[in-house]
Amino acid sequence: MTMKSTRRAAVFGAALVAGSLAFGAAAQAQSTLRVVQHGNLTILDPIQTTAYVTRNHGYLIYDTLFAADEKFEIKPQMVDKYEVSADKLTWTFTLRDGLEWHDGQPVKAEDCAASLTRWSKRDAMGQKLFDFVKELKVVNDKTFQLILKEPYGLVLDSLGKPSSNTPFMMPKRIAETDAFQQIKEYVGSGPFIYQTAQSKPGDKHVYLKNPKYKPRSEPASALAGGKVVKVDRLELIEMPDTQTQANALLAGEIDIVEAPPHDLLPVLSKDRNIVLDDWNPLGHVFVIRFNHAVKPFDNPKVRLAALYAINQEDYLKATVGDAKYYKVCGAAFICGTPNGTEKGSEILIKSNFEKSKELLKEAGYDGTPIVLMQSTTLAILTNTAPVTKALLEKGGFKVEMQSMDWQTLVTRRTKKDPADKGGWNVFHTYSVSADAINPISNAYFVAADGKQWFGWPIDPEMEKLRDSYARETDPVKQKDLAEKVQLRALETGQFGWIGQWYGPGARRANITGWLKAPVPVFWNIEKSGK
Amino acid sequence: MFAFIARRLVATIPVLLFVAIFVFMLLRLTPGDPAAVIAGDNATSDQVAAIRAKLGLDEPLHTQFFIWSGKALAGDFGESFFFKKTVAELIVQRIEPTAMLALCTLILAVSIAVPLGVLAAARQGGWVDRAIMGFSVLGFSVPVFVVGYLLIYLFAIQWGLLPVQGYRRIAEGFGDFIIRLILPSVTLAVIYIALISRITRASVIETLGEDYIRTARAKGLPGRTVLLRHALRNAAVPIITVIGIGIALLIGGVVVTESVYNIPGVGRLTVDAVLARDFPVIQVVILMFSFVYVLINLVIDIAYSFFDPRIRY
Repeated sequence: MTMKSTRRAAVFGAALVAGSLAFGAAAQAQSTLRVVQHGNLTILDPIQTTAYVTRNHGYLIYDTLFAADEKFEIKPQMVDKYEVSADKLTWTFTLRDGLEWHDGQPVKAEDCAASLTRWSKRDAMGQKLFDFVKELKVVNDKTFQLILKEPYGLVLDSLGKPSSNTPFMMPKRIAETDAFQQIKEYVGSGPFIYQTAQSKPGDKHVYLKNPKYKPRSEPASALAGGKVVKVDRLELIEMPDTQTQANALLAGEIDIVEAPPHDLLPVLSKDRNIVLDDWNPLGHVFVIRFNHAVKPFDNPKVRLAALYAINQEDYLKATVGDAKYYKVCGAAFICGTPNGTEKGSEILIKSNFEKSKELLKEAGYDGTPIVLMQSTTLAILTNTAPVTKALLEKGGFKVEMQSMDWQTLVTRRTKKDPADKGGWNVFHTYSVSADAINPISNAYFVAADGKQWFGWPIDPEMEKLRDSYARETDPVKQKDLAEKVQLRALETGQFGWIGQWYGPGARRANITGWLKAPVPVFWNIEKSGK
Repeated sequence: MFAFIARRLVATIPVLLFVAIFVFMLLRLTPGDPAAVIAGDNATSDQVAAIRAKLGLDEPLHTQFFIWSGKALAGDFGESFFFKKTVAELIVQRIEPTAMLALCTLILAVSIAVPLGVLAAARQGGWVDRAIMGFSVLGFSVPVFVVGYLLIYLFAIQWGLLPVQGYRRIAEGFGDFIIRLILPSVTLAVIYIALISRITRASVIETLGEDYIRTARAKGLPGRTVLLRHALRNAAVPIITVIGIGIALLIGGVVVTESVYNIPGVGRLTVDAVLARDFPVIQVVILMFSFVYVLINLVIDIAYSFFDPRIRY
């Protein structure tokens, strides 16, 4: 018991003895890890939504066929062994022995086939993979085959996709749920078991260690290797107020805050009981997105004018502030990753207002104000829009910045109407860098009619390059193609990647073993003392 | 009296109907789409549209309203778009923390504010009166969240006397329950102590100037008896009114306090539902709040007749 809880017990004395003891000591009965995530976990179906909190929940209770390690190499996870035919058309996967669902039933190949099918209906990378799949064949209880129409270079990258939507394996009866409906039963084969009865949405979600889980023998490495759970119980506490998160961590009422805001980091780092932990070395990347469907950004010269006007450093200073937590990086596929190259990206690094004005003149921009949507509820994004407004105005644009909450923004961005009729021209978002490391998983590069992310770029040349990347099986040639994709996006001004930033987590000093990974994972973590 | 109560309860029906229609339309006409929230940031327009269709949000407004109101009349308030639990279940889970917080705050506020107000009135113009009214002005002026963070900093972080956040149900132990309600209740009570003490003071001072008080004093009754038995009881009607208004305002204050102290009550449920555009939850919560408002007003009206026998229904 800490000095603070002892003092509490003393203060409230005999009348409150029972309660005070419960407050201080109940947690000792078993090892409980209390974590506050970056947002509330409201949807428990990681295929239904791409929300990162739901993905994190997925990693707790589900397992994956493959997983990325610290070096971004895809390693088998539920899969014991796999074979590829000489013509690279037939991929045969055999599951590990002893895999079991939380309800005691064995994990079968048919479960995996159903799970992959559902995932492929929601995820861009899954859709792309299944464009190449001729047949998904269950050979026996432990073996299934992906039979392709033609060789595809991203089979393992797809099955081991680290971030949303991650292909989590579910029992067949659950995986057969319509991909656009939420599942209502939360049974996986992962290292934790979800406790529906003890979990109260808006309060906390409770997970117990899965005693029957058989971790791989390899040491844990990011999302791969042995998922050894070292606490008995995990509680994801819903705590929306960031100041309260910091206070609760300082007081020792919680063990981990996944993503404290940057302005609270100095306060936390001063306390000797708190350790800031850079669990996600890849960080995140900001994006500026143009609406290609309406004027003036239907014109590539206007989009390029905007890219010439901006510069990454201004965004990063305004949003993150401390240079320790950001990086100016011209690589669309993230600096430090296999596809990361800064070639051609100078226009995103240094503003060139004269060039911007020149391009606007060539494009015949008539001075109609562009509508810039600003989210005021996602703190990390709030300051991006004012920077854009200032820079674009210096570059010759007229800008009307409209402030709104994030939910209004995500609704409005679905509209293709002109900006003066309820549509929009520009907005900002950010992505976990792990989602952005190749031209297929990075949704901002999609430029095929009907499949694009909001902004709706259409560029057959880009799609040809992405397709070539997907078919290529040689990593060296893949890197070359990734560079061409980046250059093409810069040539057409498809969108802008405007800086990488990092948000360390904060943990109590008695918490150790937090793995470095693109997703916060809670296996391997040990809790000593209280 | 019973006829009065029955009439008032029947009168709530059109109020609730109006609130239901107003809230339903307001939610649909304000920007924000739960389907886009459910789909997440990486979903495409087509995927958002598919989810919207599954939720029935692509139906015409009047069709959506008739489906919802028909089910509501049958006692089915629907299911949260996000939690996949019935709205009734969600509210039942959240009602205890809010009710307990409101109750503790009310007990604390009334038991402190009324004596302070009476004391200030009895010592009108003196330093006690000025000190109490000074505190009252301060209580009005400082926002609830500032009081909350200040108390947390002192009592939880600096001195380690009380927990920072969280709620424990009574069933989990009374000690743990009450220890976690102290700071939130004090935080929320500050503004009500200020409000109620000011009104009590003004009302008692007004009553103290009445002829019957002079008569009571002339009869030789002790000052304390005059103050408590004659002045306070006659000053009760405006005090009860302000306590009633205070309860209504309390619901708004609970939203902030529940966020600062991380109490999973109806206030936070409302905020979460509004931010996520969880229409079924918002509709029922607002209807419930409206019903509580009406009910509180009814209780206040009944209380008037208890304190002032001249009032009859």
